[in-house]
Amino acid sequence: MAFSEQEILEGLGKIINEITGIPASEVTPDKSFVDDLDIDSLSMVEIAVAAQDEFGVEIPDDQLKNLKTVKDVINFINA
Amino acid sequence: MRIPDVAPGARVLAFGGYQPSKVVTNDDLAETMDTNDEWIQSRVGIKERRIAPAGESVTDMAVQAGGKALAASGLSAGDIDLVIVATCTPETQIPNVSASVAHRLGIHAPGAFDVNAACAGFCYALATASAAVRGGAARHVLVIGAEKLSQWVDWTDRATAVIFADGAGAAVVGPSETPGIGPVVWGSAGDKADAIYVKDRSSFLYQEGQTVFRWATTALHPVAKEACERAGVDPAELSAFVPHQANLRIVEAIARKLGAEKAAVARDIVLAGNTSAASIPLALSRMIERGEVPSGGLALLLGFGAGLTYAGQVIEIP
Repeated sequence: MAFSEQEILEGLGKIINEITGIPASEVTPDKSFVDDLDIDSLSMVEIAVAAQDEFGVEIPDDQLKNLKTVKDVINFINA
Repeated sequence: MRIPDVAPGARVLAFGGYQPSKVVTNDDLAETMDTNDEWIQSRVGIKERRIAPAGESVTDMAVQAGGKALAASGLSAGDIDLVIVATCTPETQIPNVSASVAHRLGIHAPGAFDVNAACAGFCYALATASAAVRGGAARHVLVIGAEKLSQWVDWTDRATAVIFADGAGAAVVGPSETPGIGPVVWGSAGDKADAIYVKDRSSFLYQEGQTVFRWATTALHPVAKEACERAGVDPAELSAFVPHQANLRIVEAIARKLGAEKAAVARDIVLAGNTSAASIPLALSRMIERGEVPSGGLALLLGFGAGLTYAGQVIEIP
């Protein structure tokens, strides 16, 4: 099933808020997980697992480290 | 041929724990490597851990914990006829740890063997002890988890040095008219053998942190639930949940997904670090000492670690 960019962004905002407490409104495509949102590698795993449940796309650990920004994740899920 | 006398059930009579005296805080670690208290606490939840000195061995710590559990059980050394030590960090492979431990505790000529299922080892050993008692192969079993991970850790590697620690925990298992140790749910994922390993005897422990974290937070709560189901226990009835103290975030993730609302959740890692096979009996012995869990209540134990291996069972708290 394909999702629009906006749907994925909203979904990620909700997931990131649940896992880290960061307001969903701060989750915008240009944000870097590490530098802007201060999300650590273990939280990234939790986000990847939750995103898989939500969007049905597996993000393996070896791919996860290449996904630096919110936009990178949106593109990965859409690819 | 005859069939031995069998016991209707087996139960844990007593627990005992032991930690080396030397405390290593996060600030201590920050002096020798690029890390800090906030980083360590937020990633793994550890404030301090205990490290054994050069002269203190896995066997020494196992004797300490085993002796405490034996004393608390009210039995004497002569009552024990099987000793099982779960460890993955013995100083030597030959001889095993358990025979020496038995000798030093004055236990005369018991069956004695070591179990290596890494951080899941205690639950494997406890299940084996329970089966031995119920099957008539042993009457009273001393089960010990003892580890000296500090001797396998690279003390310049902040990814592992902040996590692992030393210690021991023990339980005495004996026969019972009613079941006190539920059916074990155990298994392994050998396809992930390279997630945690020591390559050879001159190498240090390596861990693929994200892989282990993902596995632990997604694959294990179903095992925990199945262990409850097989024992006929609703997670809501549990007085305690004592998972392996791998990482506080893993402990809390599994506890949340298990949904054991009433259970006291072991968070011994905060002051003990990750002591592999020792962590479950060490944590539970301290919860019992502090009066946090009721005698006769039900505790779910869940071990998991290198292999990857896992095992869990419900027990009645002594």
